[in-house]
Amino acid sequence: MTSSLRRDDPPTDVVAPKAAPSTRPRPRIRPVLLTHLAAALLALLGVVALTFLVGPIEQLRIAKVGYLMLAIAGLQLLVGASGQISLGHGAFMFIGAYATALTVLHAPMVPLAAIMVLTVVVGCLAGIVVGAATARLHGPYLAGATLALAVGLPALALYFSDILGGSNGLLFKMRGAPPELAGLVTDNQWKAWVIWFTVLVALVVLATLSRGRLGRRLRAIRDDEAAAAMAGIPVGRTKVTAFVISAGCGSLAGACEAYLLGTATPSSFSLALSLSLLAALVLGGLGSLWGAFWGALALVYLELAGKELADLLGLSSSVADNVPLVFFGTLLIVIVMAWPMGIHGALSRLSGVVRRR
Amino acid sequence: MRKPITWAAGMLALSLLATSCGGAGEVADSEGVDLDVSVGVTDDTVTIGTHQPLTGPASAGYLAISQGASAMFDYINDQGGIHGRKIEYLVKDDVYDPTKTVEVTQELVEGEQIFAMLGGLGTPTHSKVIQYLNDKGVPDLFPSSGALMWNDPEQYPLTYGYQVDYTKEAKVLAKYIEENFPDAKVAYYYQNDDVGSDSIAGLDQYLADKVVADEGYESTAPDAVGGQIASFKEAKADIVVCACIPAFAALGILNAVGQGYHPQWVISSIGSDIPTLRGLLKEYADDDELPVDQILDGIITSGYLPQVNMTDDPWTQFFTKIHEEYGEGELTNTRIYGMVQAVMFAKALKAAGENPTRKSLIEAVENMEWQGPGLVPFASSADDHGGHAGVLVQQYQAGEDGGTMKRLQEPMVTDREGGEISPVDYERVGPDEYDFHD
Repeated sequence: MTSSLRRDDPPTDVVAPKAAPSTRPRPRIRPVLLTHLAAALLALLGVVALTFLVGPIEQLRIAKVGYLMLAIAGLQLLVGASGQISLGHGAFMFIGAYATALTVLHAPMVPLAAIMVLTVVVGCLAGIVVGAATARLHGPYLAGATLALAVGLPALALYFSDILGGSNGLLFKMRGAPPELAGLVTDNQWKAWVIWFTVLVALVVLATLSRGRLGRRLRAIRDDEAAAAMAGIPVGRTKVTAFVISAGCGSLAGACEAYLLGTATPSSFSLALSLSLLAALVLGGLGSLWGAFWGALALVYLELAGKELADLLGLSSSVADNVPLVFFGTLLIVIVMAWPMGIHGALSRLSGVVRRR
Repeated sequence: MRKPITWAAGMLALSLLATSCGGAGEVADSEGVDLDVSVGVTDDTVTIGTHQPLTGPASAGYLAISQGASAMFDYINDQGGIHGRKIEYLVKDDVYDPTKTVEVTQELVEGEQIFAMLGGLGTPTHSKVIQYLNDKGVPDLFPSSGALMWNDPEQYPLTYGYQVDYTKEAKVLAKYIEENFPDAKVAYYYQNDDVGSDSIAGLDQYLADKVVADEGYESTAPDAVGGQIASFKEAKADIVVCACIPAFAALGILNAVGQGYHPQWVISSIGSDIPTLRGLLKEYADDDELPVDQILDGIITSGYLPQVNMTDDPWTQFFTKIHEEYGEGELTNTRIYGMVQAVMFAKALKAAGENPTRKSLIEAVENMEWQGPGLVPFASSADDHGGHAGVLVQQYQAGEDGGTMKRLQEPMVTDREGGEISPVDYERVGPDEYDFHD
C-alpha cells in the first residue's frame, strides 16, 4: 500500500536540529538522545513556569493538553510513521485509566511511578494482542477492527459492573502535592507537573525511536511494503512493534487522565474521543511529533473557543451543543486543504520562507 | 541501537520513581477546613453554582431543573433578595460527562468562588466531585439524584441529600403493590447502575417471590429495550416496576404498546413526570396524533414534591404563579423540582443570618424545621443527611387540563433496611408563612 504522506513528509524529526553531518560513517545516536532530553527539560521548565502564571482551571487544561499530546504522539508513530490507522486509541486510554483506578483502589500502597510503569506494560500487552491480530489488515479493514475496539471495550465496564463500577465508573483519590510543599504548590499545579514530566519522558523515547532504526524501518514500510520486505525488513514484526508502542502511549495517557481527575468512567472514553484524537493529529500535522502538540492544543482550546463563540452569539442549546464540533471540523478542512501536513506543515513552510528571505 | 532505548526506558522508570515516594492511593485525611468564611458573599450578592446537563442527551429531561431554580431566584431577587443580597445562580454545563463535571466544578469553586453548590445533577457526575467539595469546605446542598452516598455524614459532612433515596422509595412502592395486587406477577425494569441496584434492594424486601422477569438497560444505549419488554410479555407479568429515567420509561411504554402488551406500569418518581413523558412519547413515536393520555392513563407512581396538577396545593399555586411570571415553556414537575431546591436554599440562607458564613449556613440547614414545600419530612440533621424521607403513592388519571394525580396512599416514611413503613405526622406551611426572602 502506498501512502499519500510521502510528498510532504519532512525528512527529519523536528525536536532536534539536523542530524550529524553525513561525512561521518555512522551517525551517533547519543547526541540525538541528549538533545531530546535537553529539549524536554526546557519544555518542563517552561510548563512549571507557566503554571505559576495562570489560575487553577488553566493548570487543569495545561495538564489535559499534556496527556492528550501523549496519546496523539503515540498515534503519530502509528499513523504518521508506519502508515497504519487506528480509530480505537480511546480504548487504550480506557485501559490505562482503569488499570490506574483498579490499582489505586485495591493496592493503595503502590507508588505512582509503579502505576505509570504498570499501565504502560498493560497497554503494551493489549497492543500486542490487538496488533498481532490486526497486523494482517490494511487500510479500511484495520480501521474497522480498531473501531470495533473503541466501541466495544468501554462496554466491558458495564458488563463487569461489580469490578468496574458500571456506567457510574470508579471513583478514587490520589495524592496531590507532597505535604512539604503545601502552601507553595497547589494540587493542580503538582499534577500538571507530574503529567508533563511523564509525557515528556515518553516523548523523548518516542522521538528517539522514530529517529533511529525503528523509525526508518517504519517509514520504509509505510512508503512501500514490498520494497521494505525485499530490503530485509521484517514487515509484520515492525508493524506490530509500532502498534504496541502506540498502545503503550495511549494507556499511559489514560493513566495520566485518571491521575488528574481521580475518576474513570466509560463515557469519557467514547468513540468520539478516539476519532477526535485522530482528527487532532491530522489537524496538527501527521509528519512530525510536533503535530501532536498542536493537535492537543487545538483539542482543548478550540472546544473552548467554540463554546465561547456559541455563548457570544446567544445560540439555543441544541445549536450551541454542536458549535465546537463544527468549528473544529471546519478548521480541520480548511487547514488540510491549505497545508496537507497540518498546522506543523504550515509553520515549517512559513519558517522556511522566512529563512530564505 | 538497542542500548539507548533501554537507557531511555530506564530513565523513564527511574525518573518516575523520583516523583513519588509513598503509595499513590494513600491519601492522608484532610485536616479540617475553615468553614468560618464567607467566600462568594459580597455586600449585595451571594454567588452559588451548580453543574447541570444543559446540552447533550441527558439535557432533554433535566434542563428544566436549573431553569426552574433560576426563575425562583429571579423572583426572590425581585423581592429584595435575602438580607439585602441578591443571589447569583451560576449554571455550568457538564454534558452529563463526569470528566467535564470535575472541570466545571473546579471552575465554580476556584474560578468563580462560589459560596455553596446547589443541586449538582447526576450520580455518575456528582459522585466525582463530592470529595473535592468536602475537601474545599464548600457546602454541597441538595444534589439532584437519589443515590445513597449523599447521606454519609461521616465521610461527606458538607453534603446534604435532597431527593428521597431510591431504596426508600422502592420499599414504599413495593409494599403498596404487595398489599393491593396480592396475586400479581411482577417484572423489574431498571437502569443498570445504582438507580437499578438501590431500587431493587428496596423492591425485593416485599416482592422477591412475585418476580417473574427482570431486565436492565444501559442508559448509554437508547432504543434497545424491545427485547426487555418482550421478555416481560413472555413471562406474563401483570405489573412492570420501572426504576428508570424518563427517556427509558417512555421507550419502554412505547415498545409495550407496539407489542400489544398492556401491563400496569409502576414508575418511580425520577421517571414519571407526566408532561415530560407525554413529550417524549410523541417525540419517539414521531407522531403528534399519538393518544398519549390514553397510553399514560393509570400509571402508578410515587412522589414527594407538590405536583403540577395538584391545583389545590398552595405551593403548586405559588409555583404556577412564579412560572407564569419568570419561567419559559411548560410548567413541569421537573421545573418544580428545581424551584423547590431554590426555595429551600433561600430559606437556609436567610436563617444563616445577616452575615452568612459557610458554617452558619450548615448550622442553619442542620437545625431547620423544614415544613415544606415537600409533601414528606426532610432530614438534614447532623447525623442524617437523607433529604426527603418518604413518598406518597399516586395514580395518573387522564382528563381535561392535563389530567389529575389521584392519591392512592398518604405519604409514608421508612428506612433503607427492613424497618417499618409508617405514615407521617407532618405539618406543612404555605409559601406565605415560609420565610425565604426579604
